[in-house]
Amino acid sequence: MGDSDASSRSKRAAARLCSICNQRQAALKRPKTLQQICKECFYIVFEDEIHKVIMDNNLFRRGERVAVAASGGKDSTVLAYVMSQLNRRHNYGLDLFLLSVDEGITGYRDDSLETVKRNEIEKEGMEEKQMHWKNEALPLVANATAKISTSHLMLEPPEGYGLPLKVVSYKDLYGWTMDEIVKAIGLKNNCTFCGVFRRQALDRGAALMKADKIVTGHNADDIAETVLLNILRGDIARLNAEHFYFVSSILSADNECAGIYSPNAYRGFAREFIKDLERIRPRAILDIIRSGENFRIATSTKLPEQGTCERCGYISSQEFDLINSMIDRIANVELLIAESNLTGQAHSQETIVMENSILAVQGAESMAEKLCKACMLLEGLNRGLPKLGIGRTRGNNDLKKQREHGNSVPKITDSNLQSKQCGSLDF
Amino acid sequence: MASCGSACDQSHCRRPDDSGGAEEDVPERFSASRDSDTSKTAGDGDLARCSKCGEEPKAGTHRVLNGMCASCFRSYLYGKFKLAVSTNAMISPTDKILVAFSGGPGSRVALQFVHEMQKKSLESWDASKSQSLPVFGVGVAFVDESISSVIPSPELGRIFKHIKLIVSSLVPGHKDLHIAPIEDVCSMGSDDGTTRLNKLLNSVSDATGKEDFLDHLCILSLQKIALDNGYTKLVVGSCSSTIARHVISATVKGQGYSLPADVQYVDARWEVPVVLPLRDCLTDELSLLCQLDGLETLQLSKRPSSSNSINSLVSSFISRLQDDNPARERTIVRTAEKLKPFGFNKFVENKYHEFIPSRLRCKFQNTNNGESDLAEVFCTFCMSPLSESELHDMHGKSQTLVDTFTAACCQSCSFQILPKESESLQHFLSFLPQSMTRKVADSTLEQSLLREMIDDCLLVDDDADGDRT
Repeated sequence: MGDSDASSRSKRAAARLCSICNQRQAALKRPKTLQQICKECFYIVFEDEIHKVIMDNNLFRRGERVAVAASGGKDSTVLAYVMSQLNRRHNYGLDLFLLSVDEGITGYRDDSLETVKRNEIEKEGMEEKQMHWKNEALPLVANATAKISTSHLMLEPPEGYGLPLKVVSYKDLYGWTMDEIVKAIGLKNNCTFCGVFRRQALDRGAALMKADKIVTGHNADDIAETVLLNILRGDIARLNAEHFYFVSSILSADNECAGIYSPNAYRGFAREFIKDLERIRPRAILDIIRSGENFRIATSTKLPEQGTCERCGYISSQEFDLINSMIDRIANVELLIAESNLTGQAHSQETIVMENSILAVQGAESMAEKLCKACMLLEGLNRGLPKLGIGRTRGNNDLKKQREHGNSVPKITDSNLQSKQCGSLDF
Repeated sequence: MASCGSACDQSHCRRPDDSGGAEEDVPERFSASRDSDTSKTAGDGDLARCSKCGEEPKAGTHRVLNGMCASCFRSYLYGKFKLAVSTNAMISPTDKILVAFSGGPGSRVALQFVHEMQKKSLESWDASKSQSLPVFGVGVAFVDESISSVIPSPELGRIFKHIKLIVSSLVPGHKDLHIAPIEDVCSMGSDDGTTRLNKLLNSVSDATGKEDFLDHLCILSLQKIALDNGYTKLVVGSCSSTIARHVISATVKGQGYSLPADVQYVDARWEVPVVLPLRDCLTDELSLLCQLDGLETLQLSKRPSSSNSINSLVSSFISRLQDDNPARERTIVRTAEKLKPFGFNKFVENKYHEFIPSRLRCKFQNTNNGESDLAEVFCTFCMSPLSESELHDMHGKSQTLVDTFTAACCQSCSFQILPKESESLQHFLSFLPQSMTRKVADSTLEQSLLREMIDDCLLVDDDADGDRT
């Protein structure tokens, strides 16, 4: 073997040494920094960076009970693993458990819930077997510059992460599954329901389990996507990055939408854009977040205030007055009636229900509750008025003005209603 | 409107209305859809009337946008222009306006509208007895960026001729035409600008950085032309479409703090303030007008569009979004409007300014504005106001010239333009145009003068605490 051979071989070998330890061979190129590093160093830096974020931001206190939001996807799988590792290694003293949401959409969650259940099974000799897990499954995560579809990551160690599991379903919390909701309202507004309910489901499930905090697997890409989407939508309120570190507020309404029910064109474009962007300049993802943090919102812009729902007690950024919502709904229906062909046919199902509701409302001023979005939507579903709380508010019409002056909701007489006969209206 | 339900059954699910304002626009095509044909080449929509003037279209003419006939469409766009000009006091009778012409539809329409406004003013000046108020002057500037593209010189000659023709056709009101190659700003004494500029460009490895750097140089060229020829305002043809792209690009580059500075009607950071009268129009609308009125545009591929450039990625992203929803560009701009603009984003009513040399005028405009008492510190390269953290980094550094340079630099330019190695950095800095370097020298001089003046009162010697003096 000549010198040239040895030197060219050592050059090749040197070219692929881990840039951190300079001992082991580089196995991957880190997307965030483009460093070439070996597996072991990747695990170390990855877990250390998360540990640093936790420490720098004082995210937890000793003894806290923390729900790990688990969907079964790669983000929450990694989250569960890392959280339990760090908790043990650095002795955070946290009481961790897995929390998952079942929306009752057939075909979407079932696989994932299975994964989550598997994660919870405990067995002995976990340490040794976790090394095995590290060498097989985690590299898939490590190598992912592109997103791995969730089906790939159904691998997990034979024993799970040793965290107990709680599954909360929409059915348990609200009495409706997403499938049932879609049957009731069709495909136009179901994203609204799903998103609003899901945010609460996690909160409520966590509260039910007496958790102090929730951790989610949202990563920089998710936050960057949220910033971008909010700019595209004109939603300045959420651009305020203080929200980003608010653990439970991170969940934006249509994050991780089922996709079966609601294809959403521009979200797809945004995702693709971010992927392309990352290829050109990996740090752009973090730069988007930096921009989000640096946006200074003009004081003239209206920002939502925080209030408490009178029915369920949760913090809500909007308050819906039940009666005003009814009035709005009436106004919306009136508009539809006026705009359609009047054929003098019998009232549609919804108008009949509405008449009944209005009469009920007239009798019960105690229904002047301020509700959060979820409670309002539920009211609507339960009363057969699925569009209650959806659609534009109609400003100060006569009925609302009369309410303000202390009069009860005026009787809506037969004559009023008859003039508003409708044909087959598409609500 | 009966079947409004099914018509709106498209793609996007509507988010719950937040009082913070999730403002999804109903796409324009729907608002006009049912009764009239919105396609540019009218098919069977000719039968309907113009939605504004109610006129029936004559034979051969066709409906354009939003159900308007050609002349209503023209007045609609000119109306937007006029409103922007008057609301923001962009043009006053004593002004000498320089219109930046790039060949694209935006600057072509800007030129045309400025010309028409001048024409009208000339006519009324002619007609008025007193003729006391003068009419503003207009000039046209074209920056020749052929150094970075592959245009052969005969082709270039043809382009220049074409531009001269366009400008000379704008009568009455003579307009000077200034054509300058971009490398002129880089020339120093007897040194050729071309070599220096090429050295600069070769030092910038990032494709996006190169494009942005050229953009900055282009603005400097325009400023130079304006200053050398006594112009008082610089009109650019940037429209909502351009601005939407800038909003996303700036966000992606981490420039969230400075973003509001670039998206307003007025940008008075520069010695010759820059105004955007077509800010509320869309590129599609402007192109359409050029077609309708036979306004000649030039298809100049200014730079080879690199597939590695963030700017072109953003541009195609937004084009795709706009195709999906024609209201998207406007919505993006509207979001950006909710960010707080800077003091230099409007003209301050202060006659005193006219006595201040233009070089210093922009500094004073900030301080007279009630909103922000602190004068902003700007990046040497892109004139972005620096954020708290960027300033903090700045004060940690020593005061050598090199460090001063790299210090007065935003994190985006620092990342994508400045060479990383100190040797190449020195090299790079030595070739920078004087107009860039002079600004830094000025501010350092100013700072040290100020320090001298207040030295007696200072208790603490160092400014490591990040205090701006």
